[in-house]
Amino acid sequence: MKPNRIGPWIAIALGALYFLLPLIGTFEFSLRMRRGEYSFDAYQVVLADPRFQSSVAYSALLAVATIVIGILLILPTAYWIRLKLPRLAPVVEFITLMPLIIPPIVLVFGYLRFYNSSSFLPMTGNVRATDLLLTFGYVVLSLPYMYRAIDTGLRAIDVRTLTEAAESLGASRATILFRVILPNVRSAVLSGAFLTFAIVIGEFVLGSLLNRPVFASYMQLVGANRAYEPAALAIIAFVVTWGCMGLIQVFGRARYMARAEKG
Amino acid sequence: MAQTETTSLPIAAPRVRSGARAATWLGVAPFFLFALMFLIGPTFMLLIGAFQDAEGQFTLANMAKLLQPNIVSAYWISIKVSAASAVLGAAFGFGLAYAAVLGGLPRFVRPVLMTFSGVASNFAGIPLSFAFLATLGRLGLVTVLLMELFGFNLYRTGFNLLSFWGLTLTYLYFQIPLMVLILAPALDGLKPEWREASSILGASGWQYWRHVAFPVLWPAILGTTLLLFANAFGAVATAYALTGSSLNIVTILLYAQIRGDVLHDQNLGYALALGMILITGISNGAYILLRARAERWLR
Repeated sequence: MKPNRIGPWIAIALGALYFLLPLIGTFEFSLRMRRGEYSFDAYQVVLADPRFQSSVAYSALLAVATIVIGILLILPTAYWIRLKLPRLAPVVEFITLMPLIIPPIVLVFGYLRFYNSSSFLPMTGNVRATDLLLTFGYVVLSLPYMYRAIDTGLRAIDVRTLTEAAESLGASRATILFRVILPNVRSAVLSGAFLTFAIVIGEFVLGSLLNRPVFASYMQLVGANRAYEPAALAIIAFVVTWGCMGLIQVFGRARYMARAEKG
Repeated sequence: MAQTETTSLPIAAPRVRSGARAATWLGVAPFFLFALMFLIGPTFMLLIGAFQDAEGQFTLANMAKLLQPNIVSAYWISIKVSAASAVLGAAFGFGLAYAAVLGGLPRFVRPVLMTFSGVASNFAGIPLSFAFLATLGRLGLVTVLLMELFGFNLYRTGFNLLSFWGLTLTYLYFQIPLMVLILAPALDGLKPEWREASSILGASGWQYWRHVAFPVLWPAILGTTLLLFANAFGAVATAYALTGSSLNIVTILLYAQIRGDVLHDQNLGYALALGMILITGISNGAYILLRARAERWLR
């Protein structure tokens, strides 16, 4: 039986039109800065702006910190749940899905109340502590993706046998986790990490409401005041997102996420 | 998630000393402490605040104040935008996923679509709003081209990017890809044997969809639609950068409240947040439940 292919082609064509037009439109707009001819002036202006450089560096640094803390928190937990406390798995899984239920704006509102300057732990009172709070907030936002990626990776290997083999050779817990388990789930961890990077680098609400100079706040500021630079920024952001997703593909996203995304 | 734990379950856990058992629990303590401090605790504080007056006494007055016209209309516009973008996103996403998975198109279509969907579903927020302004804004490429080529003034028709339909159209840019990403594997789960069996039994294409495919797929479709709804409902950055404060949706109202107490009532702000959690909680909670059901057939 040969299916009729006209309908599917139309669907793909319409989809391509809807998804490519804004990219083309943005790119074209970003080139219009010099009157009467196309130029990359908008990109030059943006890339030379010290606030662009510092906000990108700041957000990238936060993203890396988020990934490191996320892995240190989630890998041992997911491993321990698989090995010793499988009956806790539904509870932990539910907690990791909670950030989907609580919108980021509500989460940060909670932080501002919980950690305000008159609370028991005034984390918003000090810049470094606010950075830490922001990073923890990003770890929370990445929980659903990071936990899922790591847990799916762990499911594909025999955690128990690997652990027993390592134990019988005298390995410590830390050695088992970071030199036996981690290398075996490396591609799962990396796919979670790149996704986290993409989320953090473009995140606006937490950074803006905690008053930290994140990349998205800079973009918002430029968007409110300039004409052509925002389009250039959008293209740059798109390329960065594309880069993160490309890296996920390279590191075996297909293998792990194909199963994870069935849900 | 479907769990087959047989391999990793301890066969017969030997009786351990209570000290060792405490050590076992200690292994997950950091995670629970983290969740308590940075996820559950702060949210819980908001919920309590929603039921307190300025002096910290219990009250239901904040709930009653949610019925103010400007707050009700903010919720209502948010619900409308989220529902429209969720339903349209699910419909178009289904069409695209169907075309790529079951449409008999060349092999390269599917990986290209999936990769692009991965990128586009994460391309939200501020840059997305810039992209749509540069395309469909008053000076955007499409607006200008329509004017120059066809003499068609898009904005004369009443279209405005900074409006309900403009926001919905923009949200679809991340909603459709999310639907594609989740639904494509579900469509893979439709086994060719089912289709063959039903056509051998004399079923038409419509009957196959009505009695076989749809009953298998509906939890995935409905669940993902609810996920899309919550996804749009909680979104701030796209709408904020696109419309500023000209469109009164609930996340923007809450943003303004956090920034500068525009409601002149801290506790009413907490109640506003509680209302949001209820709405996203119900729709995402239903998504999580439906997801478990969706996996039953799709192994």
